[in-house]
Amino acid sequence: MVEIIDLVLLGMLAITALRVIFLKDLFAVVMLFGLYSFLSALIFVNLDAVDVAFTEAAVGAGISTVLMLGTLALTGRKEKENTHTAVLPLLVVIVTGAALIYGTLDMPPFGHPDNPAHEHVAPRYIEESPKEIGLPNMVTSVLASYRAFDTLGETAVVFAAAIGVFSLLGLPSKGNVAIDSGLKSHLVLRVVAKLVIPMTVLFALYVQFHGDYGPGGGFQAGVIAAAAIILYALVFGLPMATQVVRPNFLKVLASLGVLIYAGTGVASFFLGGNFLDYNVLASDPVVGQHIGIIVIEFGIGVTVFAAMLGIFYGFAAQAERKNIQ
Amino acid sequence: MSFIVDYYNYWIVVFLMMAGFYIVISANNLVKKIVGLNIFQTSVFMMYISIGKVQGGSAPIVADGITSYSNPLPHVLILTAIVVGVATTAVGLALVVRIKRAYGTVEENEFEDKDALI
Repeated sequence: MVEIIDLVLLGMLAITALRVIFLKDLFAVVMLFGLYSFLSALIFVNLDAVDVAFTEAAVGAGISTVLMLGTLALTGRKEKENTHTAVLPLLVVIVTGAALIYGTLDMPPFGHPDNPAHEHVAPRYIEESPKEIGLPNMVTSVLASYRAFDTLGETAVVFAAAIGVFSLLGLPSKGNVAIDSGLKSHLVLRVVAKLVIPMTVLFALYVQFHGDYGPGGGFQAGVIAAAAIILYALVFGLPMATQVVRPNFLKVLASLGVLIYAGTGVASFFLGGNFLDYNVLASDPVVGQHIGIIVIEFGIGVTVFAAMLGIFYGFAAQAERKNIQ
Repeated sequence: MSFIVDYYNYWIVVFLMMAGFYIVISANNLVKKIVGLNIFQTSVFMMYISIGKVQGGSAPIVADGITSYSNPLPHVLILTAIVVGVATTAVGLALVVRIKRAYGTVEENEFEDKDALI
């Protein structure tokens, strides 16, 4: 059964990707890309990667699509007729693809429990991590404890990307307020949005603090919380949203999250352990691991929230400025 | 049939990769190029998750009565890769917006000739 669902969903994914190549209307391309992300999220669920599916649905289908639409609002939605000949790219793609397909024949069969990928560290994570770290969700254990150093780097990359967007596009300032901002005349939308936004924030908090026990964690929670404010900005207008969460506050938050994360590492360093070794945070190592993971997941959530919302503000402020001119 | 089931995931991944690659090298429009890059990126994610799957396994969250779990390591790597991916996509899109402002176009062949303007 799992195999049949896999075959059908992957087939649909291939058709979506093929369609993206031929469409000239970029709005449709971006919508299809959102669909593509949702389909991949479904496939991830089918392949047991629930945490990944969660992230892909929130990030790929949510934030990426919003950012691409924001870009389209500034650059136009029609792709011009392509004057290049398609022969050379097609040839390159076919040759590369054929070589890769030939390479897959040497790969171990899909899903086999004896595959090399399941031999090395995976059994240790699966057998030892519930005892060593004390969390049911092994993905969180590996992400926040065994490979916490990687995750610190990735949080720093998100922070750096936010800095990049802030310096390229700038954040909304107080001066430029568009007269007709948001969808204030749509009464139904306003009422529904007011109902949905608190629920979304509550859900983000649940995902943040329940990530040790179920799918979720700081990355997903940050994106979901940002999505709640983005919804507010879309319905009530950017000027209102910047009153709720100020752009300058976001700059502080983005760096604060990385600071909390790295600070936890430094704290365990000074308590006599290695950098990011949470065992020394409490007298009982398992309790120490719990404290460490909750704190750094909070740091991740704060940085991701601030970065995603700040990036959205950057794009929205550009579109707003274009509206005024 | 079992031969197809064994390798189907990898073949689709290669197809998606090549679709994304084709869009990146053949598209003229920068926004479409970024969409292509994202399709390529998602196909790599799919590859890793396919490798992590264990037949008859369950999601790697401890529960009573479950003995076989899928490999959690690829899940961790890809989870963070997705968030980093959207962050870098945002930087790419921001550059597209700046290119539009500087050259008045996001079609590659049109701003290639305008280098003298900047």
